[in-house]
Amino acid sequence: MADTNLKPWGETTVVGKPLPRIDAKERLSGTAVYPLDTILPDMLYGAILRCPHAHALVKKVDASKARSMPGVRAALTDADPDAQVPWFGSAADRTKMVSRLFDPRCRYEGEEVAAVAAESPQQAWDAVKAIQVEYQKLPFATDMEAALKPDAPAIHEGGNHVGDPIAYNRGDVAKGFAEADVVLEETYRTSCEIHTPMEVHGSVAHWEGDRLTLWDTNQGPFPIQGALATALKMPLSKVRVISPYMGGGFGSKQELGKYSAIAAILARKTARPVKLFLTREETFLCTGNRPAHIMKLKAGVKKDGTLTALQLTGTGEVGAYPGGSSRTAAGYQVQDLYKCPNVKTDELQVYINAGQNRAFRAPGFPQCSWALEQMMDALAEKIGMDPIDLRLKNFSPLCQVEDNKPYTSTGLREALTQGAAAFGWKEARALAKGNGPWVRGVGVAGGMWGQPGRPPSTAIVKYYLDGSANLNIGAADLGTGTKTVMAMVVAEELGVPIERIEVVNADTGTTQYTGASGGSKTVMTDSPAVRAAAVEVKSKLLAMAAEQLKLSAASLTLKNGEISGPGGAPKVAVGALPDLRAQQVVVGVGIRGPNITEKSIRPFAAHFAEVEVNIRTGEVRVLRMIAAQDSGRVMNLSTYRSQVIGGLTFGIGFAMTERRVLDPQTGKMVNGNWHDYKIATAKDAPAELTCLPIDLHDNECDTTSAKGLGEPATVPAAAAIANAFYNATGIRVKDAPITVAKVVGLLAERRKQG
Amino acid sequence: MDKPAPEEQRRGNLSRRRFFNSVAVGATEAAILTIPDKAEAQSPALEAGAGQLVKVALNVNGQTHSLMVEPRWSLLHVLRDRLGLTGTKPGCERGECGACTVLIDGVARYSCLTLAVEAAGAQVTTLEGLMRGEQLGPVQQAFLEEDAFQCGYCTPGQVMNVEGLLRKTSDPTMEQIREGVSGNLCRCGAYANIFRAVKRAAELKKAES
Repeated sequence: MADTNLKPWGETTVVGKPLPRIDAKERLSGTAVYPLDTILPDMLYGAILRCPHAHALVKKVDASKARSMPGVRAALTDADPDAQVPWFGSAADRTKMVSRLFDPRCRYEGEEVAAVAAESPQQAWDAVKAIQVEYQKLPFATDMEAALKPDAPAIHEGGNHVGDPIAYNRGDVAKGFAEADVVLEETYRTSCEIHTPMEVHGSVAHWEGDRLTLWDTNQGPFPIQGALATALKMPLSKVRVISPYMGGGFGSKQELGKYSAIAAILARKTARPVKLFLTREETFLCTGNRPAHIMKLKAGVKKDGTLTALQLTGTGEVGAYPGGSSRTAAGYQVQDLYKCPNVKTDELQVYINAGQNRAFRAPGFPQCSWALEQMMDALAEKIGMDPIDLRLKNFSPLCQVEDNKPYTSTGLREALTQGAAAFGWKEARALAKGNGPWVRGVGVAGGMWGQPGRPPSTAIVKYYLDGSANLNIGAADLGTGTKTVMAMVVAEELGVPIERIEVVNADTGTTQYTGASGGSKTVMTDSPAVRAAAVEVKSKLLAMAAEQLKLSAASLTLKNGEISGPGGAPKVAVGALPDLRAQQVVVGVGIRGPNITEKSIRPFAAHFAEVEVNIRTGEVRVLRMIAAQDSGRVMNLSTYRSQVIGGLTFGIGFAMTERRVLDPQTGKMVNGNWHDYKIATAKDAPAELTCLPIDLHDNECDTTSAKGLGEPATVPAAAAIANAFYNATGIRVKDAPITVAKVVGLLAERRKQG
Repeated sequence: MDKPAPEEQRRGNLSRRRFFNSVAVGATEAAILTIPDKAEAQSPALEAGAGQLVKVALNVNGQTHSLMVEPRWSLLHVLRDRLGLTGTKPGCERGECGACTVLIDGVARYSCLTLAVEAAGAQVTTLEGLMRGEQLGPVQQAFLEEDAFQCGYCTPGQVMNVEGLLRKTSDPTMEQIREGVSGNLCRCGAYANIFRAVKRAAELKKAES
């Protein structure tokens, strides 16, 4: 059944509770088999040779020596007819491919040149190193400013602009700026970040006749199945992708990697299963990134805090190819977060000679926050207003980018006010900053995310004679607790104890279609389908019982495998229902219905940070943070909190340490490992990270009243830290990250200026 | 996938000290540098090159395994790909993330930076070895209760590291906890929950003793 006619839940008995994950024991005991743990009989190991140059033509590849080395069973190069697989969509039309599996024109360091399969991973790497390649190095551009110069090498035919700039305009910004009492203009920059999920990217490919099975670490097996079937010119029915466990993605495992196709081709060539997982260093080059941005932002405000105009000119790097799910556009929040009649945004996307970007935890949004929320802070100071009051003053109940439709709910106001109360904002703001060397400060930032969940999704619930149930869903669980939350929905509707529910998920051979778990839309997309499936089971069971008990189905309730009539009696065990005994199982199929069209669905957040800065050494410590999140209903308080804490920790990395460094001399990445590319560690993340859920009982966003969480939990975090840094030091760091070296330089500059 | 360090490739075999000095390590550094010397004395491994197999006896979770290994194989590779103990996870294979942490003679160590031949004669404990039959051990139970993970991929290493930490320091302060777990990365960012799990694990362990 479709979910469209389900009434919202009132009080829930299971949903919302901080239950442990249903697969916690598997994950904690080592019995959970992640794709990288897959070991098949007779399996070979694959490895890929990658272009070591930022931009080069492959003139000659000689794999003859590699082929004759011990243990080597196959080598694959562009000379092989099997390797003629089109890859990388064009900017204008993603279905029109501009490159191929081992294209001789390598547009970035790390682009695939050849691959081998051998008996051991060590032998595979020995063989990769023995492949001889002649490269012709080409001029390159590794940052967007260089790529936009008139004499820059063209990375694609037609130059380095990825299509025309994306323009948005409403009202009249010139008029808005004229009406303002204060106009500020600043240029903000953010750095390129790499996802680096803990489990490296890769696949195990196995053929049985013309049927391919791929154990792959990804965020959604169905999109991977579709892309792989297209790449290998196979029917969807013959490609099975399995990924019930996966070790993190953050957007980088949303699309098919070349490694999957290479593993499949090598497996077919050798008639053996092939396991091909990347090294950590490779994942820094070729599995996506959050592109760097330059954002020129101009803002006008009246003395009373009313925003009169916002104008953003943004430039983002897409890498060497347009990202498959890229939204390098950072303009969304400028257009929609705060009420403003006059808004203009122009965003240009630029090719550079570096790895292709991919969606990265709220693509475009943390970058935009970095600019917009620091600007709001600066405006507030100029007009002598508290930064929270300025944001409240410009609160918008309407979605300005969608024809001023009302939101189904917006908790931005509550997030700001309740967050401020929980944080002790007024007191913390009034506290002395200290005389040094350590000075402290606090900051706030608001944020939102730009899309809701949506169809398609199909879920199946099977209810057995003994009152236990199976849930079958296509969605991957990225560690967000998807399986647990969905099982709780079934438990809520059917009264099945959670430990009697088994979840089968993320297998295109056995589960039903849903999109990738990304865009903070998994709960919104799939939980309504799960609920609809469970409700269908319930109505079938109650109909059976109604006939048996000669009562109306509406007067019956189902719990713990028993059906009770009015007042709790009479009771009948489901196993005793003749109709159920006859068919042994009741199956419910749930389909995600469409979203409400008269309103817009968005989640909101406000983040608060306290930092201390050593004005002698430039060290910065994040002392504590609070995230007030309006993501609708809390489905599981425990996994909700964990996701929010994770979002804040990501923000700490964005604000403080993360930055891909490409050497301007060679175009090569110089920090492609976790020693030199710094993600937040236990010493960067404070113990005091607090999650404050704001639930306004949104009964219109979907039939479980939940909105997205994973991305809004990180969107404003870095900007809140930057604002706290400013509050502590009086220095505005417009370029992320706020590294020690940068802080030392800024402090020295200030001393020089006296 | 074991990708041998370039240094190793050129030399055909390697000096253990150079191997370890070539990488940066986190909080388990001290432990790594106190590798038992007996492995070196016992094994002809450092004389053998790539592709040549040597015999090694490994004691893992109380069970002795006799097997042939290449001298360059890491303990991580042998545990996973030869013994099938995939609870131990590779994350970087260069001593940066700690996902592969195991206990060697009760001390938390990165198994990616330990050669299998070096572990000969030592007691190796992996995540699987902390189980009590079907029941989770106290550190695992604490991680469950505090939801101290998301994707769970770094978790085996986190758990083993905390097990090692608590064997050394049974009641750590918050400062000792943050320092003690800082050699294990978690990209999902569960650190704040991991800190609480360490406290909880210390309680559970104390209640047992």
